[in-house]
Amino acid sequence: MSASIKLQPFDLAAIRRDFPILESQVHGRRLVFLDSAASAQKPRAVIDAMVFAMEHQYANVHRGLHWMSERTSDAYEAVRDKVAKLLNAASRDEIVFTRNGTESINLVAYTYGRAILQPGDAVVVSEMEHHANLVPWQMLRDAHGVELRIVKITDAGEVDFNSLEEQFADGRVKLLAVTHMSNVLGTYTPVERLAKFAHERGAKILLDGCQAIVHRQVDVQAIDADFYVFSGHKLYGPSGIGILYAKREILESMPPFMGGGDMISSVSYERSTWAKPPHRFEAGTPAILETIGLGAAIDYVEAIGFPAIAAHERELTEHAIAVLSEISGLRILGSAQDRGGVISFTMEGAHAHDIATLLDRQGIAVRAGHHCAEPLMGRLGVTATARASFALYTTIEEIDALAAGLIRVKQVFG
Amino acid sequence: MEASAQIYHNVIMDRFRSPRSAGRPENFDAEAEGNNPMCGDRIHLYFGREGARVSHESEGCAIMIASAELMADAVAGKTPAQIRDLRADFESVVTTGAENPALGDLNALANISEYRSRIRCATLPWATLGLALKEAE
Ligand SMILES: Cc1ncc(COP(=O)(O)O)c(C=O)c1O
Repeated sequence: MSASIKLQPFDLAAIRRDFPILESQVHGRRLVFLDSAASAQKPRAVIDAMVFAMEHQYANVHRGLHWMSERTSDAYEAVRDKVAKLLNAASRDEIVFTRNGTESINLVAYTYGRAILQPGDAVVVSEMEHHANLVPWQMLRDAHGVELRIVKITDAGEVDFNSLEEQFADGRVKLLAVTHMSNVLGTYTPVERLAKFAHERGAKILLDGCQAIVHRQVDVQAIDADFYVFSGHKLYGPSGIGILYAKREILESMPPFMGGGDMISSVSYERSTWAKPPHRFEAGTPAILETIGLGAAIDYVEAIGFPAIAAHERELTEHAIAVLSEISGLRILGSAQDRGGVISFTMEGAHAHDIATLLDRQGIAVRAGHHCAEPLMGRLGVTATARASFALYTTIEEIDALAAGLIRVKQVFG
Repeated sequence: MEASAQIYHNVIMDRFRSPRSAGRPENFDAEAEGNNPMCGDRIHLYFGREGARVSHESEGCAIMIASAELMADAVAGKTPAQIRDLRADFESVVTTGAENPALGDLNALANISEYRSRIRCATLPWATLGLALKEAE
């Protein structure tokens, strides 16, 4: 299908028409959706692909010998190729379908973590991880005796390489698990440098790409990532489908995650043998429709192109930082050199929830709370923040609406 | 801000800005900790049996703090059984939006029923008081 992809000029009005939900009214106002980092809205192409499958091309995959199952399996497996191409993986067999990024990390912690890591080995995560890239490692620590270490971030919200040196100093670190882009601070981490750092010290690297994949071209071979994970629903695809990329030799060394149909080579009462990756890690009927939807989302994003998306979002982010900085009492958290369209902030005298409620009444959707990053909130000295996040369909006018909305919040709380 | 700010009216904003029952008292008979894991609201509540005195140390939004304040006023002098009834009546007000003349100032929070994700902010102090009452028994 990739032959049909033609790069189009970035036409924001046309893009917005592709997302039916953006026409919605909330509390009598046009929806201003600034919560795409939690989950993005879906373009017509994704909706249509899923409806088409249900209406014309649906059966279970890998199981039927009949026409419908073969066609559905083809459509489903074609998405593995699309994801491999999106990430520039060396092989389609390095792409494992999961339910979401959280499950992908749990899969690694459960299988690689227990079979390859040994008690006494250490795993390092950063202070700015989503709970999804912290709690699975805590569980591994408690179940398997692996040590969990935390690398500090600077006040700007960047990985502190001095702290990283310290954590690696005793040579026991075997895995560095770190975000590619913070869902709170918007920081992009220097992933090539981190991968090189880990590899030079005999450790593997896992990158949580749940946020980064939406905004940037990711090349797992150029990064030299050992593991890369993301969720389909943030990339304009449906919920229920996630991706685990891992290098082939690593996947081959890993035992299964869950047992059941599709993941075996042969089964008897005495013993079962495992299928080769990626199927070894895909027990049971997968999210067939959601996977097909993700394929349509990838086509959609690639047709617009990451360079255009990144340029648009850079403009939005710069504008947002400029207009929000003008509001007195508003504090933007983090000031990383390399940052994307996720902006967390606090306002003097107004709690994040009150900000979010007052904005919501003006039709503006932002997120408020700890953003599944409670330890990071502690590090920043706050209990909650409000967060505005941008997508390829976000407009400058929406950011101005946010700024105007925040000025009204100040009037109530000033 | 027309209807949009309905919940943030004088009673709520006054009590949020100038709480009267905040802080740790010298004497108390029970204490309890409440938090809302979804959003991070936190309240530490102190209960004195005599006169049913409630004080709180809170970290959170205006709705939660104002609710703790209005609760402290409302339960003063009441018996544990009356407090439990009051809690049930209050929860009914904030979930249905129907004011209850017997509840006085607590009705200031009735509108929160329209802000579904915020009802928990209003009920957190009451749930925490429930825990303190149990401990005081
Ligand atoms: C950085 C980061 N990691 C992990 C996740 C978890 O994603 P999901 O809930 O789709 O598994 C998120 C999303 O909230 C995220 O922003």
